Amino acid sequence: MNRLSVGVDSGDHIAGPRSAAVTLVEYGDYECPYCGEAYPILKAVQQAMGSDLCFVFRNFPLAQMHPHAVHAADFAEMAAAEGKFWEAHDLLYENQQALSDNDLRRYGKLLGIHPAAVERAFDGRFDQKIEDDFRSGLRSGVNGTPSFFINGMRYDGPLDVDSLIAVLREVHAR
Amino acid sequence: MSESQLHKALVAGTVAPSFSLPATPDQMVSLDDLRGAPVILAFYPADWSPVCGDQMALYNEALAEFQRSKAQLLGISVDGVWCHAAFTADRSLHFPLLADFEPKGEVARRYGVYRDKEGISDRALFVIDSAGIIRWSYVSPLGINPGADGILQALDEIGADARTAEVQS
Repeated sequence: MNRLSVGVDSGDHIAGPRSAAVTLVEYGDYECPYCGEAYPILKAVQQAMGSDLCFVFRNFPLAQMHPHAVHAADFAEMAAAEGKFWEAHDLLYENQQALSDNDLRRYGKLLGIHPAAVERAFDGRFDQKIEDDFRSGLRSGVNGTPSFFINGMRYDGPLDVDSLIAVLREVHAR
Repeated sequence: MSESQLHKALVAGTVAPSFSLPATPDQMVSLDDLRGAPVILAFYPADWSPVCGDQMALYNEALAEFQRSKAQLLGISVDGVWCHAAFTADRSLHFPLLADFEPKGEVARRYGVYRDKEGISDRALFVIDSAGIIRWSYVSPLGINPGADGILQALDEIGADARTAEVQS
């Protein structure tokens, strides 16, 4: 069973209380269709679990396969610096078919982010953060996206709302 | 997969059998020529099958990480060079795929990872050190992408041993 090689810390994108009894970490790629399928499921799971769940998103862009994945990740990291990571994350997953640089500029406007900040995001300044996420995923045995870890342990079970909530509740009850 | 198939792959400590296989219609790759740095051999069943694609695509993205250990990655399957060429171009792969095509599966046999019944190799990983010794091997269930964590751990151990040897010499 694979374990998360790098624990959740303040550099992570976190939704929900860090003190929650259950932490779910996703390694994802904004252009990956399977991550797109998981997105509404995870939303429903977060809703159902409320403050019992800490959800963490880490970057695992498959850049050679998905030409827009890295700039999309850059955009989300830039939004994080503006305090708008989850708004950006959600916009990207809700518009997976439109992730060109021009689309990202448009999303920047929608989020009220200065256009210059969006342009700067593409100059490589977030490469290190994205690579760090990617490397921690490789070391944790991430073999594709999305990959999930529940309280540090790899989860390979079914990815429907009911199954996920059942597993998370069970971990919570331990 | 039968038990015998699971347990016959060459294990750590074995000298890696030499081979020379075509990477392209006019280029051969010999294991002996790669001595002096670690080598990762990734045997996989076939080009184009979905899981293989994912595994090779993952390793393609992990190349920078392998290169930190100066390791050379080689993919090997029984597909021919033209098939590899098309697969490499389609997936933008940046490492060689070797054709274990004639005699079919000969290298996979020598490493103990050929599946006679299906005529393909297992999904098997070998990490070989700079002296040509297998330091880690792993046979994954055919349909499961084994990821890169085992490879990276083996490369870390080789690197740590090399540093210790340097300190002692």
